[in-house]
Amino acid sequence: MKIRLTSQLILPMLGAACVLLAWTVVSATIAPDLPSPARTWQESRRYILEPFFKDGEMNQGIGRLAFYSLVRVGKGFVLALAIGTPIGFLLGLSRPFHQSFDPIVQFMRPISPLAWLPLGLVIFQKSEPAAIFTIALCAMWPTVINTAVGVRSISQEYLNVGRVLKLSRSRMLTRIIVPATLPYVFTGYRLSLGLAWLVIVASEMLTGTPGVGGFLWQEYNSLVYAHIILSVLTIGAIGFLLDRLMGLVEARVRVN
Amino acid sequence: MAYVEVRGLRKAYVTPRGRTPVLGGIDLSLDEGEFVAVVGYSGSGKTTLVSLLGGLIAPDGGDIRLDGVPVTGPGPERGIVFQHYSLLPWLSVRDNVALAVDAVNPGLSAAERRRITDEFIALVNLTPAAWKRPRELSGGMRQRVAVARGLAMRPKLLLMDEPFSALDALTRATLQDELLRIWGERRSTVILITNDVDEAILLADRIYPMTPGPDAVLGPAIEVGLPRPRQRRHMSLEPAYQKARRALVDFLRSSVSEREAATTEGGPRQMRPGSGTPGSPMEV
Repeated sequence: MKIRLTSQLILPMLGAACVLLAWTVVSATIAPDLPSPARTWQESRRYILEPFFKDGEMNQGIGRLAFYSLVRVGKGFVLALAIGTPIGFLLGLSRPFHQSFDPIVQFMRPISPLAWLPLGLVIFQKSEPAAIFTIALCAMWPTVINTAVGVRSISQEYLNVGRVLKLSRSRMLTRIIVPATLPYVFTGYRLSLGLAWLVIVASEMLTGTPGVGGFLWQEYNSLVYAHIILSVLTIGAIGFLLDRLMGLVEARVRVN
Repeated sequence: MAYVEVRGLRKAYVTPRGRTPVLGGIDLSLDEGEFVAVVGYSGSGKTTLVSLLGGLIAPDGGDIRLDGVPVTGPGPERGIVFQHYSLLPWLSVRDNVALAVDAVNPGLSAAERRRITDEFIALVNLTPAAWKRPRELSGGMRQRVAVARGLAMRPKLLLMDEPFSALDALTRATLQDELLRIWGERRSTVILITNDVDEAILLADRIYPMTPGPDAVLGPAIEVGLPRPRQRRHMSLEPAYQKARRALVDFLRSSVSEREAATTEGGPRQMRPGSGTPGSPMEV
């Protein structure tokens, strides 16, 4: 019990204390414009303690801003899964499809969200759908690739059961291929969600839509640097929570 | 023509490192309702034989006929009980068996299919565990599910690929006894592949010894003269048991010695990697 307390609570707190110390030192010495931890807290207090206040479009509690971002990420994420999962299955199941589209997947995968966003604006003419388009396009690759790998690594044992029983194509899919692939698919979903959250900041910064990323960029332009740190910390905390949440879902699937 | 007729079955695996001839002309025949065992050393190509009979892989030569019909691919009329159970881990015991029953009997009503599923789960004494997932079961229970699934397909021929080899000795004996009982009740046509001489004698009507690979073939069939129903107890004292055992062991030993003699006579013969070192049991 004592060891657990040390390893799970005291040591992580020690790590956090080190970072805070380094932050204080940096703000006191080489970067005088960087607000110290104490000043950050002073200037951000209201945003955290009243997370849902709204004084205007661009001055809102951090909870409200995070909510906007989460809804946007949610839409993009769902779109990414809706497109990415079937593509992944097709890549894994069909050799001609794989040969036709795998090079394109490999080609599009490394393209940065910053590159897609202007194209999204050109296509949709509005910032909101452009942001969702960018999130979906960037976030779907782990889902696509993990699903395809999952399908291809289904044990021959399971496939042989289906072959001996001469299962129809649809039963083969629902009873064997999909359940056998599910753990891989959910690993893909977890990675995709992480990417979607990573992309949100960039897309909000560029489109100026209200949300954590938009707020961060606006406060940079208004020289309220403490709020940049507030935004960064919020982004980190939410990203961490999302990953944990998807990790739980993933673990449930893996138990099978 | 016999119910199951296998003639000149050959199979080699081609890998980047060379060609490995596994089976060099297997001949085998069974009558309906007969229980036949194939006994051979590990690595002699027994699993390859099951895969060929099951139609999961295609032979290089020879043919297989079941009830007069040539075997060209896998199908539910040849049920397979796999060595590593091959249960679907995301389905319950019941659903694993039901998958087979539903696939084989599309014409029956749902209630009737359910009745058949329950019947075969009861046959292997797993009714209390019907809703468990395979991972919640012991190895012996898992193999029972696999046996139930194989039987529930009501195949013309049931293939069993070393079904009990992964189990501990006590569980193995229990499952052998159960298989003996079930077979006594239903008289299915069975080919059991095993490396356990006593298991083969206990269960089979007739035993084919298999020479060690590469190019494995089957030796002359040995009839097991033991009357049925059989009991494990005292069986080893019966002359018929001892006769069958001696014939089997003598053939297997001499086939290994011949193989070794051929190897030394032929000068430095290259051993193929992964083909199962011929004769290794005797060298120990």
